[in-house]
Amino acid sequence: MVLPAHLRTLAGVHGEVQLTVKGSVTLRALLDALEEQYPVLRGTIRDQVSLRRRPFVRFFACEEDLSHEPPDTPLPDAVVSGAQPLVVLGAMAGG
Amino acid sequence: MTGVRVLVGTRKGAFVLTGDGTRSDWRVEGPHFGGWEVYHVKGSPVDPDRLYASQSTGWFGQLIQRSDDGGVTWEAVGNEFRYEGVPGTHQWYDGTPHPWEFARVWHLEPSLTDLDTVYAGVEDAALFRSVDGGREWQELPGLRGHGSGAGWQPGAGGMCLHTILLDPRGEDRMFAAISAAGVFRTDDGGRSWQPANHGLHSDQIPDPDAEVGHCVHRIAMHPSRPDVLFMQKHWDVMRSDDGGDSWREISGNLPSDFGFPIAVHAHDPETIYVVPIKSDSEHYPPEGKLRVYRSRVGGDEWEPLTSGLPQADCYVNVLRDAMAVDSLEPCGLYFGTTGGQVYASADAGDSWSPIVQNLPAVLSVEVQALP
Repeated sequence: MVLPAHLRTLAGVHGEVQLTVKGSVTLRALLDALEEQYPVLRGTIRDQVSLRRRPFVRFFACEEDLSHEPPDTPLPDAVVSGAQPLVVLGAMAGG
Repeated sequence: MTGVRVLVGTRKGAFVLTGDGTRSDWRVEGPHFGGWEVYHVKGSPVDPDRLYASQSTGWFGQLIQRSDDGGVTWEAVGNEFRYEGVPGTHQWYDGTPHPWEFARVWHLEPSLTDLDTVYAGVEDAALFRSVDGGREWQELPGLRGHGSGAGWQPGAGGMCLHTILLDPRGEDRMFAAISAAGVFRTDDGGRSWQPANHGLHSDQIPDPDAEVGHCVHRIAMHPSRPDVLFMQKHWDVMRSDDGGDSWREISGNLPSDFGFPIAVHAHDPETIYVVPIKSDSEHYPPEGKLRVYRSRVGGDEWEPLTSGLPQADCYVNVLRDAMAVDSLEPCGLYFGTTGGQVYASADAGDSWSPIVQNLPAVLSVEVQALP
């Protein structure tokens, strides 16, 4: 995964984040793994209670916008294999 | 006292300003949490090195940060603010029902007696408490649930619980102030609450004398007289001498009685301070002159304090949580502006000088006397 700068700072990571996901690799499973490894990120990408994506957060991979995909949709093979990252970013806002 | 530490929350991070005993030589540290909005930073009265900070953005939500070394290092603690039960609705700007939704923490109030107990006032308005240093948060639902919550409506800045006053005689009695609902008081540690707005008059609401619905901007108390409260309302500066049971106007000769912060002198409970703002639609000082007004008699009679403050072409605002007093002798006063200046007075407001002049817009200012 590639995290936005603010979340890299919070998590204390540099560059891409490599995650091991058990079972089907979906957005939900990936975010579960991310939050397990970096608990400080709970609530920053998706709401803690509803688990819905925060409105100004977007998910891109393989030049596609996956932000509106159901969370249990399998991620592209290139993301699963680690060839391409899932990019988490804050939507452009504010000029 | 060896000095003071001024805790500044801004639109783009937190800053810690440390001054020596003369309050003329300052060290500026920050930004902490750069790029994030920091609505409030406040230290524990039990241990001045224990600080809490509210860090948020519209993108990534809310975090609570804690420091145990006076702001040198920070740890993200709990950020789960879950309303108790079915949250229900309050009124939206257009009068329609709107679900209660957590947005951010406006104000953090550490307990006067317990290091790990801290209260949080949030938007949409509710009061939360942590008893483990900010890791876990529980709502005190009696406030939203006391009966009038469904009728509360947001002010222009959101429906925020922005002021929490703890009674030094015991934290069974607390006051909370909400824009735009008003003041509420508990006498049983937050289990039950009652409105405390009798005497407020607001022409901006359908019933100007309503029990709730007033846009209270800030309330303040001197710890030696906890039944005396002072209020800067949307319009009107007010005073209560009976713990909020009744209020009377003390705007007197102020050039405008609109404003946001209000503060009480650390050593004289009848000396109070406000920063008049021209109007609710202009949000800058009258005549472009930044003036703090002081009353030495508990209101009604006010004097402008201008020495060292810009007296021409000044169009900044001073927000509700952005003024504080220290407990040194003489009393020090501090305030921050939306233009990024933090001004300090080491002589109870007689003269002022800027500590810093180019911070991001200042949201909050607190001060600690260092042992």
